[in-house]
Amino acid sequence: MSENVAVIGVGHSKFGVRMDVNIPELCWESMKPAFETANLEPKDIDFFVVGNAGVWSSEAAVPALIAEYADLAPKGSMRVEAACASGSAAIRIGYTAIKSGIADIVLVLGVEKMRESPNPNVIELIGRFGSYFWEFENFGLTFPAYYALHGTAYMMKYGATEEDYARVAVKNHYYGAKNPYAQFQNEIDVETVMKSPYIAWPFKLFDCSPITDGSACVILASEEKVKELGIDEKIWILGQGAGTGSANMSRRESYTSLASATYAAEQAYKMAGIDIDDPTKYLDGANVHDCFTAPEIIAYEDLRFCKRGEGYKLIREEQTYIGGKIPVNIDGGLKAKGHPIGATGVSQAVEAYKQLLQKAEPGRQADINKGKWLTHNVGGTGHYTYVTIYGLEKR
Amino acid sequence: MKDEIKKVIEETGLPIVQDEKSGAAQWVDLRELRLSYVISVENIKPFYEGLKEGKLLGTKCKKCGRLFFPPQKDCPSCFDSDIEWVELKNEGTLETMTVVFVRPPSFSMYDPYPVAIAKLDDGPKILAWYKGDPQQAKPGMRVKVQVSKRKEGYLMYEIAPV
Repeated sequence: MSENVAVIGVGHSKFGVRMDVNIPELCWESMKPAFETANLEPKDIDFFVVGNAGVWSSEAAVPALIAEYADLAPKGSMRVEAACASGSAAIRIGYTAIKSGIADIVLVLGVEKMRESPNPNVIELIGRFGSYFWEFENFGLTFPAYYALHGTAYMMKYGATEEDYARVAVKNHYYGAKNPYAQFQNEIDVETVMKSPYIAWPFKLFDCSPITDGSACVILASEEKVKELGIDEKIWILGQGAGTGSANMSRRESYTSLASATYAAEQAYKMAGIDIDDPTKYLDGANVHDCFTAPEIIAYEDLRFCKRGEGYKLIREEQTYIGGKIPVNIDGGLKAKGHPIGATGVSQAVEAYKQLLQKAEPGRQADINKGKWLTHNVGGTGHYTYVTIYGLEKR
Repeated sequence: MKDEIKKVIEETGLPIVQDEKSGAAQWVDLRELRLSYVISVENIKPFYEGLKEGKLLGTKCKKCGRLFFPPQKDCPSCFDSDIEWVELKNEGTLETMTVVFVRPPSFSMYDPYPVAIAKLDDGPKILAWYKGDPQQAKPGMRVKVQVSKRKEGYLMYEIAPV
């Protein structure tokens, strides 16, 4: 049993179109710095977990593949899948394995090589995530379309505009330009977004996160191991909540909120001792699941960074930039950093580590004076949500 | 095998090409797989009988009265499978919508299609293609559910303005 679990090592590959590497090479790109920052070797790992959605890529036995490539055999492992939240699901496995006392040091890897398939195939495969039979087979929903149903509902209910959504993309590109690991390192303006072609109304090309290759890795350790190894640089997992939503969109109560996210947030805040009515008072910043622009705004509300219906005002007033009420996605988010499905949740954990330990690149380091960071990682369209709170001080 | 890769193999003895943008060497996988599933509808056959008559059917738990759409044969509230098939109200209000411009390749035979979610008057919600002008559609407006024949020749329900 370990009451507290720490992130003691992190690594991040360059996200983007990575035709220059195969899957294990891409994995090693983030594993190597994770071992180095933790000052550990593969033999020190008790158990390892791989978050990977796959299907579009050739290799299914990724844990075995990296066991072979990186000398992790014969340690136990598994691959976990929770769509776009696969990375956070993998962290949950590592976190609970250490909490239960079954392991002391767990390596968590998130990886996706989406570019092994042509884009149309990837568009088809992502759309199939939801209720395949009732909503894909006959109505051809795509991933942007599922979220667009929410984007439309939000605009109609609260009076937000497509320009408000564009502002999310502008912010995330602004910070992506300062993140050397991001897929897109260029700034854009509202006009760029507004002039781009429609993908699924109201979303245009620049409202959408890209199709990305990438890997991210964290090494988790028990409190005892942290002491034993004398680890100075670490952050603690203060709480994590997980929620699940219905497969069919038609079974949802609301299209201006993700029920799985509000549920996961409540659990995470409670575990971390954060006042659910005023969480921004406790947080130095957050990474939220901006697979499209509107869901970032909905996340502000599900996470209670503001009142219902006021999320679009936060971005309009630039309150989620550094210096605002709460900086959000200042690594570029999924939108500009890229969204390699299984790697995204782990990438968010890497960002929490970098921000809290003030290791972020120039121009995108938040002020750290509360010592807590939140990550919000959604699989599908709220089919799964994981909310995790990281902190400099253990509970 | 695609002709281009056949040609590369003939010329070089290997299925290796250069990525157009990066120039990085790529092995072109030759083991193509076509996927199409066989999905059991044995327990929801009445739903399709209903479609043939232009009706939208759901299931109702005989014990607690819970309505299900999409239909399901088991009630998790009562742990009971004693359900009846009921015709759902084919009118309701529009909740939200989108227009799918970039379609999956398996839907490439269709023009961009509007998709709507409607709340039927007796409770359940339904997602379907919207047959109407999406620019005129507003949440709260009255809509109906009707059955029509798809371009692919089969029957399916759709949402349309009243």
